[in-house]
Amino acid sequence: MKPDRPVGIVGYGAYVPRYRIAAKDISQVWTSGHGGVPVESKSVPGPDEDVITMSLEAARNALKRAAIAPNDLSAVWIGSESHPYSVKPSGTVVAEALGATPFVSSADFEFACKAGTEAMTAGMGMVGSGMARYVLAIGADTAQGRPGDALEYTAAAGAAAMIIGPAAESLASIEATVSYVSDTPDFFRRADRPYPVHGNRFTGEPAYFNQVRNASQALMTQLGVTPSDVTYAVFHQPNARFPQVVAKQLGFRNEQIVPGLLANKIGNTYSAAAILGLCATLDVANPGDVILMTSYGSGSGADAYLIRVGEAVLERRNRAPLTEKYVTRETMIDYAVYAKWRNKLVMG
Amino acid sequence: MELARHWRQRNARYRLEGSRHRSDGIIAFPPREGNEWEPYVLSGQGELLTYAVVHQAPTGHEGEVPYMVAIVQLVEGPRITAQLTDCDASEVNIGMALEMTTRLLGDTGADGLLLYGYKFRPVL
Amino acid sequence: MMRPVYIAGTGLTAVGELWERTALSLATEALRAVMTASPQQPIGALYVSNALGAALGQQSNLAPAIAAAVGLQGCETLTIDAGGAAGGLAIRQAMLAVASGAYDAVAVVGVEKVSDVLDEQREAALALTTDGDWEGLHGVTLTSQWAMLMRKYMHDYAVARADFAAFPVNAHANAVANRHALYRFAITPDKVKNAGMVADPLSLLDCATVADGAAAVIISAHPHASNGRTVRIAGSGVASDAIALHERADMLDLAAVRLATSRALHQANLTINDVHALDMTDPHAICAVLTLEALGYTPRGTATTLGASGAISANGTVPLALTGGCKARGDVVGALGVYQIVELTAQLRGTAANQVANATVALATCSAGLASTAVTHVLVAE
Repeated sequence: MKPDRPVGIVGYGAYVPRYRIAAKDISQVWTSGHGGVPVESKSVPGPDEDVITMSLEAARNALKRAAIAPNDLSAVWIGSESHPYSVKPSGTVVAEALGATPFVSSADFEFACKAGTEAMTAGMGMVGSGMARYVLAIGADTAQGRPGDALEYTAAAGAAAMIIGPAAESLASIEATVSYVSDTPDFFRRADRPYPVHGNRFTGEPAYFNQVRNASQALMTQLGVTPSDVTYAVFHQPNARFPQVVAKQLGFRNEQIVPGLLANKIGNTYSAAAILGLCATLDVANPGDVILMTSYGSGSGADAYLIRVGEAVLERRNRAPLTEKYVTRETMIDYAVYAKWRNKLVMG
Repeated sequence: MELARHWRQRNARYRLEGSRHRSDGIIAFPPREGNEWEPYVLSGQGELLTYAVVHQAPTGHEGEVPYMVAIVQLVEGPRITAQLTDCDASEVNIGMALEMTTRLLGDTGADGLLLYGYKFRPVL
Repeated sequence: MMRPVYIAGTGLTAVGELWERTALSLATEALRAVMTASPQQPIGALYVSNALGAALGQQSNLAPAIAAAVGLQGCETLTIDAGGAAGGLAIRQAMLAVASGAYDAVAVVGVEKVSDVLDEQREAALALTTDGDWEGLHGVTLTSQWAMLMRKYMHDYAVARADFAAFPVNAHANAVANRHALYRFAITPDKVKNAGMVADPLSLLDCATVADGAAAVIISAHPHASNGRTVRIAGSGVASDAIALHERADMLDLAAVRLATSRALHQANLTINDVHALDMTDPHAICAVLTLEALGYTPRGTATTLGASGAISANGTVPLALTGGCKARGDVVGALGVYQIVELTAQLRGTAANQVANATVALATCSAGLASTAVTHVLVAE
């Protein structure tokens, strides 16, 4: 899918909370430390943080990089599976806090871990059609895993914001996108239930790998691009292993995915994950570099984007904290504090 | 549920919007009323004047204990009372540089409104 | 010029966690004791100070209920809600009513009932005297605000936490002899140091307990001698300050206390050095330290030396907390200002438990929150 007018990323911003829990501390509680762990540590939101607060900081960082007036934003769209309200969009608080109100569109997006990129695609349409000059698309989550479940090792928290605007004003243009979606129930949560269910091995080949490969391959074929034409690849990262496997399946070398691979330290930030990987990659990319980003959302589907880095990235990326600043900002907590903060204790 | 009370202060709470005096340029927070004042968004940069750790909380804040309350000197001139976040008492000292961050302050009950507003943290 | 005003009778209840008693019952007890002990001219008005009745007792406008309970139904009544300054304000209103000639005798009752609710509700009610939108919203408590001032004071003037201990130690020492006090045991500086933190740097033994109690006074146009002495209200002053601590240019200056006191002393034609006995709002040592500096006893940053030297003890030059202060007598919040008048009247009549020798001038100052309102009275024995 290509918009009529060329579009790009005018500003980007990351946010990861400072708290971490070591995966081995989780396994100590549930398996007495037996067996491997899928990441080294994951991020934990502080008790005063949620999707709204994290989105706001990521958005403020994106605005600093874009250096546009907040009320020039035509939309503030947040994708998440942990919106604080089921009815009342996270975007209204964020838009108000940014100063983007009142002439702005705002709605919540949900598609498991690809809710944020759905918002990006919609933003490409708004800008590419000439309806809007700038759209703010955010992926953010404070993911929850059932205590003792495999997901508990990786369900983490973070936010990443992209301001989509005219390619001429961007630090990186987005050439095209492909969305690949099927009704594949690998992981889902019913409306009134607190924790999602996870399909174990069903989440692998029929779900993650199939959608991510198909979206990526279709995009590259449409654009006549091969892995050797691409500098960096960023994939959704539910753990440290899946993105490495799919990269290899698609023909990418490991060095190409390293800058965008954050899961080992911060876990799976769900709707923020791929976009945070993109932020980390933009932090180190050079003008002329080509980035393939493919997100994945359970349920399921993948959004692939081909991004060409421009000159403006060099100056703009230093206007706000780099992704690494947030990733390396670590305060370790233990399982007791984690359980208290994540509301896993029955308080009556 | 005090919906209007919280709603009317949203700009001040979410983004530190105060007032600037049209003639002499003085910056004030909280916002002032009157034609001689215009809206002004403060930078959120400041310095820690003093703080205390609360162990006995009032209703609505019991779950946060222990938490730190502080008075911050903002660079534009006003002083402000707020909680400190992203730090514990051992990391804090009078005179340190702080920056505003918007966080969840609480709610008005399990079915109620989520309240967002300013807190301060050590500069990133 | 207004006519002189005298203390005609006083009474109080013990301070405590009085589970069996209601606010009305306590107020009635104190007021009946005064009314039966000293036959008066007809009481024209009843002024009641009660800071937390509405917040904690589902009862505002308590005065008519008390009036009816003591046979004063039909008289003028007023209930004053002004945090810890309420008692002083009720005394002042009574003084003005009598001095102006409106009435020859006015009864004042201060009453507080705080023990029916859980700790967090009590903290929230006390915090109502802070700025609700710009302080209370963030979870500040009065204790944490005093703690912030103490920390700043320690930082600015290189004063250690241990330097404050003399104040609660003195308060407890004095309370041993006060049969109405909440706590009647002595404490040591070590105990203050090792007690758990309530709001760093305030430890449990540097934090007063808010408790139940009632005190009553009859203010009269006619002198009443007791034990050979007549006690007159020679001066009365009230002042206010910004309600939010962060709005004050100098947070360590209790300006309202300073102004209210200078107004009262000016009216009495006396200076602070003429005062023989004093009582203040002192739930924490830092309150007493800042109040002593506001009263002009010592320059900023030095009042802890009055604790170290023993000047604040009953036989010292600045005798404080003679009945135990807020810490040991108990913090009766809105009733405090009336308790102070009752207790200092006993000093001036020579009938106090920790009697200051030859006391003829006494000063009572009480305040709301962090002294957003302060009231000072100067009493003289004649």
